[in-house]
Amino acid sequence: MERLLREAELRLHPASGGELDLTAVTALDTSGAWVLEKLTRESAGGAAVEVHGLTTSLSGLLAQAHGLNRRPSDIEPRKAWPQVQIERAADYMASMSRDVVAFLHLLGAVSASLGLIMLRPARLRLTSTVYQLFRVGWQAIPIMLLITFLIGAIIAQQGIFHFRRFGAESYVVDMVGILVLREIGVLIVAIMVAGRSGSAYTAEIGSMKMREEIDALITMERDPIEVLIVPRVLALIIALPILAFLGSLAALYGGGLVAWLYGGMSPAIFIARLREAVSVTHFEVGLIKAPFMALVIGIVAAVEGLRVKGSAESLGRQTTASVVKSIFLVIVIDGIFAVFFASIGM
Amino acid sequence: MSEPDSAIQIDDLVVGFGRHVVIDHLSLTVRRGETMGLVGASGGGKSVLMRAMIGLLPKRSGEIRIDPQIERRPVSRLGVLFQQGALFSSLNARQNVQFPLRENVNISDELLDEIANAKLEMVGLTAADGEKFPSELSGGMTKRVALARALALDPAILFLDEPTSGLDPIAAGEFDSLITVLQKTLDLTVFMVTHDLSSLASICDRVAALADGKIAALGSLDDVRASDHPWVRSYFHGVRAKMIHSPAA
Repeated sequence: MERLLREAELRLHPASGGELDLTAVTALDTSGAWVLEKLTRESAGGAAVEVHGLTTSLSGLLAQAHGLNRRPSDIEPRKAWPQVQIERAADYMASMSRDVVAFLHLLGAVSASLGLIMLRPARLRLTSTVYQLFRVGWQAIPIMLLITFLIGAIIAQQGIFHFRRFGAESYVVDMVGILVLREIGVLIVAIMVAGRSGSAYTAEIGSMKMREEIDALITMERDPIEVLIVPRVLALIIALPILAFLGSLAALYGGGLVAWLYGGMSPAIFIARLREAVSVTHFEVGLIKAPFMALVIGIVAAVEGLRVKGSAESLGRQTTASVVKSIFLVIVIDGIFAVFFASIGM
Repeated sequence: MSEPDSAIQIDDLVVGFGRHVVIDHLSLTVRRGETMGLVGASGGGKSVLMRAMIGLLPKRSGEIRIDPQIERRPVSRLGVLFQQGALFSSLNARQNVQFPLRENVNISDELLDEIANAKLEMVGLTAADGEKFPSELSGGMTKRVALARALALDPAILFLDEPTSGLDPIAAGEFDSLITVLQKTLDLTVFMVTHDLSSLASICDRVAALADGKIAALGSLDDVRASDHPWVRSYFHGVRAKMIHSPAA
């Protein structure tokens, strides 16, 4: 159509204007009317272009098109590429600082609420906490056991495969034991919990926000933090160490099984070596981290959930942000703890 | 300035987001026991005003005073019916109605059930409807359950955010008469945001028209209709308004 328009423009171009005979036109849609209007408006260069021959119903559409697109465009002119990039970077930095502020704000609010609950335990939403514990703890056990079992088995297999060259296969027990108890057990479980429960929290709180349920709570003079967030965060803080403990067991079991079936190390020897290689300290180092990771996952999930605006797209974006940020922070915390434990000699 | 029989008094209220001022030095008094309807253009700040009155939005300046007699009540000062109902999705209809009661008073489950069923009956639902979850309720039923929840503690002031939007004319009419009956029996002060001209005509004692962040006209429906504010004129004398309500009526 645009090609036809250009041809027509060329033929009309002499500044004298011209005539458009549209007798043959039997059907016209809004886009067609706009193209005709554009032809008479722009290419005429001031000289009148006369349009005739249209039936009344079609010329009504043309008359309608005559009034359209007359207002000056209120879209801001597009900015230059470097400016856009710099502004985007600035926005990103600003949003990072907002993240930190929002995180600390909610952390403070949850701590204050937990403090009040310590003073008056009756304030705790016990039913809700137990239900959340059931969801993020009990129901998560099978998948956590499976994943950590596989991770333990893979570490053992890789260890045996590579250590065999040095004849140091028996050290695979040390590697599996220390790695699983100190780092991998709790880290894998925390990442799984962030993906499984953190995302669920964000989506739940976000959809409650969307449906004004949180506003309704406030109008009933209930604190959404006490009613919705504290039970969820508390459930995570209780569940994550338990899951990390069970996960570590499953990983050791997986490692032992591979050492037996693939490496030919009998379970009795595996257990005896494990007892030599690891101490309770390793186990403590792993489990101390768990509640802190749970707190971070819970708070990030709640912050992102409360940020959800009216649209479904926003819900999806905040859920993604929640998972990405909490996994990132879990790994950062793990690193901070590694430095801390190294410096106190644990 | 202060009227003796006011339930809510708003003085010189300013509410805004960023550079955008939505409510601009607005003053309004809602009298005790009246039903006030608030009309205004879409996106003109009706909901913002209501949310500020409830305390969900911070104000920049000005004052919102609730009648001290109401303010002194330990519970059940305000009841709010949100536009989409805002029922708690994890609770069924009866538990939703029971929620404010359970939170504030210590009574047995048996009595709670009876009270909730009574409230559901008051809004025209059955005890069986109480078993349904919000996702299983129709639009009209959701609004009824939400109304029952808003009325659970017999609040002094009831806020309604477009109570009849999304309802067919029959259901909307029923809802209007329901609100009138409840307002009379429970001696409520009702503040409603609405677009529904027939609601305005049938249940509102006074109408306030919001334009450009201020109250452009206030009074009985006829007073407001007689206003010469350009937006109010076009609202009440537009084609749709004429179709429903001829000036002679």
